[in-house]
Amino acid sequence: MSAPAEVLAVRGLTKRFPGVLALDDVTFTVRPGEVHALVGENGAGKSTLIKVLTGVYQPDQGELRYRGEPAVFGTPLRAQQAGISTIYQEVNLVPLMSVARNLYLGREPRTRLGLIDFGRMHREAERVLGDYGVRVDVRQPLRHLGVGAQQMVALARAVSVNARVVIMDEPTSSLEPREVETLFGVIRRLREQDIAVVYVSHRMEELYAVCDTVTVLRDGRHVHTGPLAETDRLTLVSLMLGRPLGEVGRQTTATPAGDHDGEPVLHAEGLTRPHQLRDVSLRIHPGEVLGLGGLLGSGRSETAKAIAGALPVTGGSVTVAGISVRTGSTPAAIRAGISLLPEDRKAEGIVPGLSVRENIALAALPRLSRFGLVHEARVDAVVETFMKRLRIKASSPHQKVGELSGGNQQKVLLARWLAMHPKVLLLDDPTRGIDVGAKAEVQKLIDELAEQGLGVLLISSDVEELISGSDRVVVLKDGAVVAELSGDDVTEDRLMRAIAAPTTAPDDTSPTIPTSPTSAEEAAVHGH
Amino acid sequence: MATDVVPRRGVPADRAQLVQWMQEYGVYLGVTVLLLFNVAFTDHFLSTENFRTQAVQVAPVLIVALGMALVIGTEGVDLSVGSVMALSTSLLSLYLGYGPLAALLVALVGGAAVGLANGALVAFVGVQPIVATLALMVGVRGLALVLLPQLEDVHDPTMATLGSGDLVGIPYVVLIAVALALLVAFAVRRTTFGRQLLAVGDSRPAAQLAGLPVRRVLIVVYVCSGVLAAVAGFLATARLSASDPTSLGNLMELSAITAVVVGGTSLSGGRVRIGGTVAGAALIQLLNATLIKHNLSPSWTQIAQAAVIVVAVYAARERGRR
Repeated sequence: MSAPAEVLAVRGLTKRFPGVLALDDVTFTVRPGEVHALVGENGAGKSTLIKVLTGVYQPDQGELRYRGEPAVFGTPLRAQQAGISTIYQEVNLVPLMSVARNLYLGREPRTRLGLIDFGRMHREAERVLGDYGVRVDVRQPLRHLGVGAQQMVALARAVSVNARVVIMDEPTSSLEPREVETLFGVIRRLREQDIAVVYVSHRMEELYAVCDTVTVLRDGRHVHTGPLAETDRLTLVSLMLGRPLGEVGRQTTATPAGDHDGEPVLHAEGLTRPHQLRDVSLRIHPGEVLGLGGLLGSGRSETAKAIAGALPVTGGSVTVAGISVRTGSTPAAIRAGISLLPEDRKAEGIVPGLSVRENIALAALPRLSRFGLVHEARVDAVVETFMKRLRIKASSPHQKVGELSGGNQQKVLLARWLAMHPKVLLLDDPTRGIDVGAKAEVQKLIDELAEQGLGVLLISSDVEELISGSDRVVVLKDGAVVAELSGDDVTEDRLMRAIAAPTTAPDDTSPTIPTSPTSAEEAAVHGH
Repeated sequence: MATDVVPRRGVPADRAQLVQWMQEYGVYLGVTVLLLFNVAFTDHFLSTENFRTQAVQVAPVLIVALGMALVIGTEGVDLSVGSVMALSTSLLSLYLGYGPLAALLVALVGGAAVGLANGALVAFVGVQPIVATLALMVGVRGLALVLLPQLEDVHDPTMATLGSGDLVGIPYVVLIAVALALLVAFAVRRTTFGRQLLAVGDSRPAAQLAGLPVRRVLIVVYVCSGVLAAVAGFLATARLSASDPTSLGNLMELSAITAVVVGGTSLSGGRVRIGGTVAGAALIQLLNATLIKHNLSPSWTQIAQAAVIVVAVYAARERGRR
């Protein structure tokens, strides 16, 4: 193979949003017939890059070249007409129209009179879809198909529009293992036809199964591009997380292991939810901070939400201090003493239009009321206590929460939950988007709370924070527990090795949960 | 914050302040301006009789608007209120034989049942409020007509007194409306339910994760709206001394929504302004009265109403962006 010219390339790409530098001098090139993996953690800039490539966003700086010539895609339609097709996580087709119509929407075969030639459309649709392993009645509405089949229709549509580049944004997130295989078959065929594929996924097995090249982004910057075969899993993980390998990351200031042998305050067993969680089990002891490690999309947030009753599960149980909690009910979980600080603080945490005072008192209102009337004096007392204790900076308790800084909003949420006297705190990326000073303060608060006997589950996109803040770390991958680190094993190195270790089979529905952390670690280390 | 609102130097701060002030107090300013205009240019405006007439006319709209304000506070809307008034008048007429109190209770239960159905559709089935209440708007009007196919006179001394009597010069109808406004304002400000309502309207996901009884709050809100509409239907029947399920409450949902929106409650939820709603209802009433007294045709009244609504919605939009 003589080095083929690139089909799509961006150089020196910079994109700013108010207050955020989403992409900083990023270079990204795709060659014909290449399957190019694009990976990165939260806020790496993957979706912004894709949106620039497909004409959703315009670059602030930098050059976009398509088939050797400078190109400007003013709208997604322009990009599509030029031959860049995108398949998003959620299928974007018309569910009520027939399968065939979806496939040919906007470019239906016509009869001489200019009417749609349904006979030809149906015949061709059947043939095209047959190539993708989808054998269905193309006359039925699209919504009657399973998600996987719908995704295949979207893919077939994307490719049949004379695509030169197909961008797939987490195409397998809702597919069954068998459908994933079909998808891979299609991708390989695209490669033979010299069509370039940009493949965005968090699942390492998939990357190594179909991709030739990998580009890693981190915090809006280009970190690495190279042949995937020459980049081993561990290197890839460390590039994504931005932590060097072989570093002994932990100053053993935390409580020694073995300190938490008694009754766990939280015991989650076998939490299962299709496509998201597979038999996840964990225990937290009073006074312990349990870290939940794993890459984006590994099921960390889903685990926390499932425990807090905010995400229905098809199997599994949750026990708090020995008492079983009904799953799938937030009020039941809260009554049992479980509190969740959600990942998306602005959308799911604060009530932006209400004051600091109302936000703090929100969950505890029934306790602070008599006969349905709010006891204002009691509310004031609680609010004052927590504003002082958590050092919440607001002009007054009556300031709107939406106007506070991220750190103070997070403290308001902490106050809301502490007012409920919880037994377990689930913290989903509590310091994300918070400035450095407030970050240290929130981390200190977490330590203090654990010392007072709370069980804490800590999720963090910041590996350093996760390692230094946790007594033990359970590692998730593709929705299942793959390792547990404790004691001296709680290091960044070990964590990354556990994440990078290959999983046995993608369709294994009952992964063995390591009974002893060391054996899991051994497996992880020797795995690749 | 002000990234895209800074075209001219110096102006934005003042303009933003002005817009904010107008959102808070614009409706009161509007009422004042209309009052002054009428005092100056309308004959016989400053008579007790005139004020009585205006107040009696606005009372049912206001009562319905109170419930509507609660529903809109949860980011919903209740289109069925006019039909509930019709159902209320049909039930009254049918059960008046058991005495006015029993008939009133039946009418209120009817309103509550419609509210329960609305609330259940919204909270449990997840139907959009506008669709759910539209369905009941059509169905309940039909039910009211099945129960009472044509206009029927209502002869009951108690109801006649309620409809046209007064206490120290203030009509009972108006007193009831004021009492209900105070009650609803108190509920919004001081009760657990009121706080939960605002939280649900401002951010449903946050309210859910905070463990609030979101479904219960939604259902109670729609039941309140139904009951208040039934009260309005009862008072309207008493005043007219007749039950007319064909026309009673027609377009009432629009008048109520107008009062709420003009009163400065944004349709995106999270806020309930009872004082503003009262003023909003008064503003529309005064506007209509002014135009009628100056011999403008009803079509002009509608156009003027439309202008007021546009201004109110514009102000609410500004708030949403801030």
